[in-house]
Amino acid sequence: MTIRKDKSLSPQPLDSLPKSATGIEGLDEITQGGFPKGRPTLICGSAGCGKTLMAMEFLVNGIIAFNEPGVFMAFEETADELTTNVASLGFDLKQLTDQNKLKIDYVYVERSEIEETGEYDLEGLFIRLAYAIDSIGAKRVVLDTIESLFSGLSNPSILRAEIRRLFRFLKEKGVTTIITGERGDATLTRQGLEEYVSDCVILLDHRIINQISTRRLRIVKYRGTTHGTNEYPFLIDEEGISVLPVTSLGLDHEVSNKIISSGVEGLDEMLGMGGFYEGSTILITGTAGTAKTTFVSSFANKVCQENKRCLFFAFEESEKQLLRNMKQIGLNLEPHITKGLLKIHASRPTLHGLEMHLVTIHKLIKAFKPDVVIIDPMSNLISIGGINEVRGMLTRLIDFLKVNKITAMLTALTIPTGNSLELTEEGISSLVDTWILVRDVEGLGERNRGLFVIKARGMQHSNQVREFIITQQGINLLDVNIGPTGILTGSARLAYQMQQKQTAITKQNELEKKDRELARKRKILESSIDNMRTEFESLEEELRQISTAQQTASSTPDLTLAQPKKKAATPKKSKDT
Amino acid sequence: MENEDKQEEAFDAFAQTGSAQVYLLRLYITGMTPNSKRAVENVKRICEQHLKGRYELEVIDIYQQPTLAQGEQIIAAPTLIKKLPHPLRRLIGDMSNTEKVLLGLDLRPK
Repeated sequence: MTIRKDKSLSPQPLDSLPKSATGIEGLDEITQGGFPKGRPTLICGSAGCGKTLMAMEFLVNGIIAFNEPGVFMAFEETADELTTNVASLGFDLKQLTDQNKLKIDYVYVERSEIEETGEYDLEGLFIRLAYAIDSIGAKRVVLDTIESLFSGLSNPSILRAEIRRLFRFLKEKGVTTIITGERGDATLTRQGLEEYVSDCVILLDHRIINQISTRRLRIVKYRGTTHGTNEYPFLIDEEGISVLPVTSLGLDHEVSNKIISSGVEGLDEMLGMGGFYEGSTILITGTAGTAKTTFVSSFANKVCQENKRCLFFAFEESEKQLLRNMKQIGLNLEPHITKGLLKIHASRPTLHGLEMHLVTIHKLIKAFKPDVVIIDPMSNLISIGGINEVRGMLTRLIDFLKVNKITAMLTALTIPTGNSLELTEEGISSLVDTWILVRDVEGLGERNRGLFVIKARGMQHSNQVREFIITQQGINLLDVNIGPTGILTGSARLAYQMQQKQTAITKQNELEKKDRELARKRKILESSIDNMRTEFESLEEELRQISTAQQTASSTPDLTLAQPKKKAATPKKSKDT
Repeated sequence: MENEDKQEEAFDAFAQTGSAQVYLLRLYITGMTPNSKRAVENVKRICEQHLKGRYELEVIDIYQQPTLAQGEQIIAAPTLIKKLPHPLRRLIGDMSNTEKVLLGLDLRPK
């Protein structure tokens, strides 16, 4: 088997293997273009795994999308039955038949009617097939399921030789053929048809695990081309088959430097960049009742306010309940839904298997083209699958979202086991870019909610645990109060704040008291200064009088007698003032 | 329509002769392959031996009339279809095993 990538997709080079596109979502991707053109492909699987449907979709898509008429040779169902069965998928076989694009030939093999009387061949079948192909110029043929011949005819050696001849005949005709086959015990098909089909073998599987069914597809072999080798889940719904696209394209997706706000102001601050990077994956974990849903709803609200599209997968609450609850805390999401910016898809996790969920998510994302996807909570999915499966699914999902540059916010419920609050059961923390933990902080007879950014790739995020409360205006992150024993929450915070207030008041009082004292002292000082000044002034006065008295005494002695009386009066005056 | 006419004729023949049942047989062959040739010879021989005068055999080449192959649900060649008497039977092969042919035509007790 030569493997060269450049060969597989382009039909131009002569040496490449031409392919016939199936038109089935996802299948063309993993087969890198479809089934081998002009060669037979075997689709095998157990009963009810979708072989006939896949074959029919191949034909119908061929007619509608690629204008390649097809022949359906049915060994199990009549044309009418087939028409009715696939009508639910929107395939109008009758119309296609009337347009001469499709020919259904029901081959009836009933053992009780048949007596083998000697040598024979299956030329009758060949003639029918050749006639059907030639009459409408068919490019695609389905034989569903040729193994029925083995139950109708008893000579296996003739049958095997004839089937071998049939495949050669089909190859010569140049038609792309699908042969379906029921799965055997140890072999891919009961009659070992895979021996004859060497080009492409596809195995369909339908498993029930924990009472939930999952369909899977695997390319067992595909000669001359590269192909996906994993088991791919697929889904049959009202639009036909869709196979889940390739798991991971490798870690080479584009990144964005743009920031998208979380819708909670305080959280934006904590992240250091004012929000999350666009296209990143955010995980919010926490125990029950820690407002995870409120966080994601705030985010959804913010996203829609910025005219971006948000797809919300709710696995816990119905749409109406979610809307009502969020309305109570000031998050009115309804207008966003009316505007078509928000879509809430609520379903029970147990509704489908994991893969079905994944396919549903894929389909909705492809249809809605959101900028942001929210899954609340993804941990509920564990109830329907093992941890490994959930991890596998989430890896695929996150890969898918990253490749499509969709910001994703997931919540996970953690069950506190000892101190391992930070462990998510899925162990997907390494897959996410930003991890926010919301937790209960218990103490002093109450529980408070705390928020902590465990990691935020490419951001200088805060290291603090911030308390938050849910108000009627949404989530409100409170300022950090650090007490002697660490960060304070709830009533401890209130008490601390009260205490702080009290101390402030006391301090203020003391200050005021000191001011008053100072003022008083100043007053005393000032008054004593006044006293001293008046004393000095009186002394000065006295001195001046003495000197004048001496001058006058020399001239008029009468006056000097009268002078001491005056002097006694002046100090009295000063005391009064 | 043609079939019905023939069936009526056969019934008439049956009524006239008053003998055992009338056989209406169709042999579908694919050109002149050895199997086809042998089948034609064998069927003719067996009919002459066991159903003389009360059978009607039509040999059809499905190469010439491929639409008949679908209508008559032919898968193997050669195929001999016993239209009458009921039940309908298909005999496939070159009819070389006379015992089996007679068994298929209900001419031998099982």
